[in-house]
Amino acid sequence: MIALIPVVAVLFAASLLIGPAGIGLREAFLALGTGQGGDVALIMREIRLPRALLGVMVGGSLGLAGAAMQGWLRNPLAEPGLIGASSSAALGAVVALQSGLAASFALALPLMALGGALASVLLIAALAGPRGSAVVLILAGVAISAIGAALTSLLLSLSPNPYAVAEIVFWMMGSLADRSIVHVWLALPIMAAGAALLATTGRGLDALTLGEDAAATMGIPMRRLRICLIVGTAAVVGAATAVAGAVGFVGLVVPHLLRPWVQGVPSRLLPASALGGAAMVLAADIAVRLIAPDRDLKLGVLTALVGAPLFLHLIWKMRRGEA
Amino acid sequence: MMSIDLSVPGRLQAALTVGRGEFVGLVGPNGAGKTTLLRAALGLLPASGRRELAKAAFLPQMREIAWPMPVDLVVGLVGAGPAAVERAIVRMELQPLRHRRADALSGGEQARVLIARALAQEVPLLLADEPIAGLDPAAQIAAMEVFAEKAQAGAVVASIHDLGLAARFCTRLVVLAAGRVVADGPPSVLTPDLLAGVFGIRAWFRDTEDGPVFQPLSRVATLP
Repeated sequence: MIALIPVVAVLFAASLLIGPAGIGLREAFLALGTGQGGDVALIMREIRLPRALLGVMVGGSLGLAGAAMQGWLRNPLAEPGLIGASSSAALGAVVALQSGLAASFALALPLMALGGALASVLLIAALAGPRGSAVVLILAGVAISAIGAALTSLLLSLSPNPYAVAEIVFWMMGSLADRSIVHVWLALPIMAAGAALLATTGRGLDALTLGEDAAATMGIPMRRLRICLIVGTAAVVGAATAVAGAVGFVGLVVPHLLRPWVQGVPSRLLPASALGGAAMVLAADIAVRLIAPDRDLKLGVLTALVGAPLFLHLIWKMRRGEA
Repeated sequence: MMSIDLSVPGRLQAALTVGRGEFVGLVGPNGAGKTTLLRAALGLLPASGRRELAKAAFLPQMREIAWPMPVDLVVGLVGAGPAAVERAIVRMELQPLRHRRADALSGGEQARVLIARALAQEVPLLLADEPIAGLDPAAQIAAMEVFAEKAQAGAVVASIHDLGLAARFCTRLVVLAAGRVVADGPPSVLTPDLLAGVFGIRAWFRDTEDGPVFQPLSRVATLP
């Protein structure tokens, strides 16, 4: 896990250095540090720094939430979107784009998306009740995801404005391009609060390895664990979706990939997966810029393009192990 | 160690007090309420009444090891100290398996890992739901010996289907039928009438020089 820290640091630095404006290494960091140097400082501080920071934050959030969800459900197919936060956040964003609010007020989109994520948490709590088992919560999450996706499609199909439709479709593919430092400040406190909640779940997730009954008798407060997991996941995933759109496969593949490195222990997987997620999103965002510098290749498209074959490879390896 | 008087509507109405040194075998046909009693005693399902319990470890009937963790990490799950883990591994004779992946072991080996995990908690009371089901004969006897030893310093309550092993190792049998305690006492409570009425079987049961021997023989016709 420690080995992932320098990887993230190197990718972060690379993300700062790669872009259409060719800026030298020394020049770049000097401008970043001092804020002097006119255009270069502007590019570093207003464009590249937010992009790199958001890459770490979004990737870390998705990796962490994915590890938490898989640990909680004891299922390697679980992913952060399972409780409906990402599709509700997407719905909020689509409403902002469709209604024109996003055009008149730049922060309307992330704020509406956060509102959507919050609504999904309230809805899931109302649906599942205080003693709801994991299965009930998941079914509630699936229902909320389906409603969110259906309403999004409804808005798209009824939209009188083809430009808004195009904008929505592109937004939903997920991207870190053209974000500002304001997006960082908006997402950071929510992600930090959510991550702090998820960080408290390690012991409970370890105990859950042996099933819910065993965990409860090992002194794990199951109700508190459930609340921390749902609210924490909704916060980090909602905030990630609000600033980056839908970035798929990170929360599913990264925990899966790193599990053997932490000997399967769920509490160790949480920080490892957060670092791994950050590394994957930073790398994908760099690749987006390198592969098609003049076209806006979407981040979410790339993570899915890379993530899906990786996942197939894992399945292939698993099959060989069982044979 | 444990004193409960619990009722779960439609499923259980039972009182049970277990003192230090007792190894209680919870027996009864399928659906008699053994699992319900254990789970209600631990507060895992809503039940009305009274329950007082020493610190307890629990072995659920469903054996589950969700992740590819090595055996020694499973035994130490949630804060057992390295010395306690070592004692439990030695007691369950798991040394040859300690670095193997626990989720890839056979069902019986997993059961032994989970028993070790419960022992490593080092609490006085152990509640176990069919802990010896699916073990080979030697492992069954070894597990019963471990429980009997554990009971000397605390108490063990285990639901068991094998009446022969229960009669040999338990200090006390509690017979459940339809959610109620119908017999409670030393293994000699397994009288022919009780066996016919509760289990619907006839059995050969004698005290021999090898200890009590119990062998089910045949079903008895149940009244329509």
